[in-house]
Amino acid sequence: MSHISQFQAVQSGVDIRRKPRRTESLIHLVLLLCGLVSVVSTFSLVIVLGREAILFFKLPGVTLSGFLTGTTWLPSIGKYGVLPLITATLITTFFAILVALPLGLFAAIYLSEYASAKTRGVLKPMLEILAGIPSVVYGFFALTFMTPLLRIILGNDTVQVYNMLSAGLVMGIMILPLVCSMSEDALYAVPRSLRDAAYGLGATKAETIFHVVLPAALSGIIASVILAISRAIGETMIVAIAAGSGSSFTFNPLKAAETMTGYIARISGGDVAYDTPEYNAIFAIGSLLFIISLILNVISRRVVSHFREVYE
Amino acid sequence: MAENNSAIATQTGLKRRQSVSYNWSKVFLGAILIAILSLAVMLLNVVNDSFGYAAIEYENDPSIYTMEPLANLDKSQLTALLAGNLSTYRWRTIQQNVVIGQLEVEDLRQMVVDELFKPTVVASYSLTSSVLKRGEVLQEIKSEYPEASVEFYRWLDLDFLTRSMSTAPENSGVRTAILGSLWIILVASLFAIPVGTGAAIYLEEYAHPGKFRKFIQGNIDNLAGVPSIIYGILGLAIFTRVLKPFTSGAVFGLEQSNGRTILSAGLTIGLLLLPVVIIITQEALRTVPNSLRQASYSVGATRWQTIWYHVLPSALPGILTGTILAISRGIGETAPLILVGASSFINKDPTGIFSNFTSLPLQIYYWTQRPQDQFRNTAAAAILVLLIMLLSLNAVAIILRNHFSRQVRA
Repeated sequence: MSHISQFQAVQSGVDIRRKPRRTESLIHLVLLLCGLVSVVSTFSLVIVLGREAILFFKLPGVTLSGFLTGTTWLPSIGKYGVLPLITATLITTFFAILVALPLGLFAAIYLSEYASAKTRGVLKPMLEILAGIPSVVYGFFALTFMTPLLRIILGNDTVQVYNMLSAGLVMGIMILPLVCSMSEDALYAVPRSLRDAAYGLGATKAETIFHVVLPAALSGIIASVILAISRAIGETMIVAIAAGSGSSFTFNPLKAAETMTGYIARISGGDVAYDTPEYNAIFAIGSLLFIISLILNVISRRVVSHFREVYE
Repeated sequence: MAENNSAIATQTGLKRRQSVSYNWSKVFLGAILIAILSLAVMLLNVVNDSFGYAAIEYENDPSIYTMEPLANLDKSQLTALLAGNLSTYRWRTIQQNVVIGQLEVEDLRQMVVDELFKPTVVASYSLTSSVLKRGEVLQEIKSEYPEASVEFYRWLDLDFLTRSMSTAPENSGVRTAILGSLWIILVASLFAIPVGTGAAIYLEEYAHPGKFRKFIQGNIDNLAGVPSIIYGILGLAIFTRVLKPFTSGAVFGLEQSNGRTILSAGLTIGLLLLPVVIIITQEALRTVPNSLRQASYSVGATRWQTIWYHVLPSALPGILTGTILAISRGIGETAPLILVGASSFINKDPTGIFSNFTSLPLQIYYWTQRPQDQFRNTAAAAILVLLIMLLSLNAVAIILRNHFSRQVRA
């Protein structure tokens, strides 16, 4: 559009602000549709999981209470108790958090309270590399390094070739960078004046950290742990490779047991036929997994937004 | 705290407190060192399994063919050996594929070994035991496999990259898997990057703060936290089943038996990357100062002109770096592909989006599931390939970021 015609338009009393701009509205519409893709994918997730899970619960012999309280999971012979898969998931998650929480939190404290800018510049990228390694590589590490190591330390008879402990410990290393970076953000958000006040009262550095900085950053740290739990529950490759196949109801972490994700991976890896109990079971377990991770994520975000309000 | 207060009063108490504080600082440092140590051990563990001594047994004893060591033979002698001992049919097939006269001596020698002697790896050893316990390893091979010859084996070599899948570990390679990974990430990026960027622009630049925006934002945040295997379930149900005529290429006149194609896999990974791309792009857009937008509006630019000419260019370094990191996450993703992929043996290179596929991480997973020990070596070698791919992608991200941030500042 030339300047003259624009000028004439104004002269003739046409307000260019009111002028319809088709390209602009078209772009607006396209971008809105892009935004709606995520909504569509959430809805299709819910519909797919829900529909197939309902089919699963309509199978003869399947009841919701039996599903949640039964202690045998063998869909091929009609035993649909999900507890063995859940206990295995909780045991691997427990060991993962046992490793990731202290190491991740302490590493975060070192980075935020002790490290110089230069040291941070070296250490931080290394943690980022750790965070960027695909989980299948961690699975290989668990199977070919951690398990043999545990068998050397605890004895070949007590530790099975596939076991939950090895998978859990390695999973802990995998989620350590997540706990570390989220905790570091929380520690970083604690105002400097709080630390200075503690030093002014004569507290040592460790006392300042434990009595002032950590309590102030607590909600952020809790949020990071909740997110880490959610990540550990949904982690598939490490448990599929190192924790063993075939469900078993055991609380001994040195034994093999299949987790929820491990079951999904094993069954679907074998070209499962559509509309068999095994196929529908994948969706029932998937729904359970989806609900658990959704709840944990929402709680984690609530906690984070709560802690953001404290100092702003 | 009461005991602390009384401790302050005494000099000895202060010393104790200071030493406690000092000890804690070592604990904190120790934690991060353990993390970095595990990274180092992980990488060494992979390298350890990728190289090392291997005991090789030949199906046909080399002495049947020639008494001379192969190294002493020249080109014409090697060719004669091949022509004289291979079946006429096999020899003709080879001649159709390669021009024998143009081959180097090393290639010919390799061909003689592969075609006539037919080696199998019967035992393999890690790099550490090959180097540190060399004597014991050689002794063990001698006593357990008296027929075998010993060779220092590099599981990761050029042949490994260019060979396709095989049932024998020593003949296995990752070419099909690498091509599969590249195809999948191409489809995923073509879906996730434009849609993700568009959604982020909508949320940051267009949507009015309110219930609708909060709803979409909450959706995206929830999607980002969904375990990756759930996306696999979604892909299995929607892309390979409901949309089968489309993803198998049937509507385009292709004859395909299933929907377990690169298109399905790429879209599944694309859906998984979508929330990641959106969140990264939103963060990049938020760093653009508002004054830039206002300046643009004040000279009469429309909203899209402002975004296209001012906001996006200055957010580009952030978007680019984040997107590349998202892509590298997509390349390493395994769990969803187990569900979407065909579990059958894939050794044909993918030719397009309607091919069946295998991918590098998927291949690694399948190899870890195999009983033969030597597949552990091929898995380790494939992991090295994967890690080198991911690290170089990350390096590209860093270089691009530095390049752009300099350009924007100038």
